[in-house]
Amino acid sequence: MANPANLDTSVWVDRYGDYLFRYAMLRLRDRPAAEDMVQETFLAALKGRGTFSGDSSEATWLVGILKHKIADHFRRRAREAPLEEGDLGEHPDAGHMDGRGHWTTGPAEWGGNPADLYRQGEILDRFRMCLSELSPNHANAFTLREIEGLGTAEICKVLGVSETNLWVILHRARALLRRCLEARWFGTTAGKGS
Amino acid sequence: MLSCKDVTKLLSESMDRSLPLGKRIGVRLHLLICKFCARYERQLLLIRETARRLAATMGAPGESFGETLSVEARERTRESMKKSEKG
Repeated sequence: MANPANLDTSVWVDRYGDYLFRYAMLRLRDRPAAEDMVQETFLAALKGRGTFSGDSSEATWLVGILKHKIADHFRRRAREAPLEEGDLGEHPDAGHMDGRGHWTTGPAEWGGNPADLYRQGEILDRFRMCLSELSPNHANAFTLREIEGLGTAEICKVLGVSETNLWVILHRARALLRRCLEARWFGTTAGKGS
Repeated sequence: MLSCKDVTKLLSESMDRSLPLGKRIGVRLHLLICKFCARYERQLLLIRETARRLAATMGAPGESFGETLSVEARERTRESMKKSEKG
């Protein structure tokens, strides 16, 4: 098979390994799984290198392959661990609402200007921590929607859930993330006057 | 009149689909009089923005920060690629 002259596969692991790994880690939150995805991506790329058109960069092409591998991984996981009762259960904020569904203790003022928050990169670490504490179904749905940026119809196919259930899952996931951030980040910085 | 419980659900839903007009108006009216739900909405938007920032902090290929492939995974991957080239 002709190897397009611009593809030097011997440097792939050094050049793109960590990059692809970071991409997979953010989405899978599981080191062994992310490492497997990177390996599978390189193997698939070797096999399919004839299809590399050179229209995009090598990195973009590899990420494209990795995206498919990750979607397959989510699909497998969804089959192995279908929706649980808790994924669709009680509203995470129910304990802070009265019988008529109105806030008794509402969301706290987070304060600070979002731009300042990001300058302290720490909020991103806290965010990842909170994300990793969600149930797999909540975290996976949120990741596909907000980090991977997929549309809901596509996510329903990957996770094998109805659109109505997906809305509920995403609502639960966002509410739980909000609670976690409020406790972990804003709760702890409030005292520091930031 | 929508409850806060309804509104928090609809606020999340509005980030995933466009709500029917009646619900959209109901939510907006509620937000005018409920500072907690208005705050909740701002915080959900901040959460969305944070997720996007996270996705964008990938760095460039070759840039090293954050987590890296383990030495073993690196070796294993190289070996499997060599094998696949020969096969």
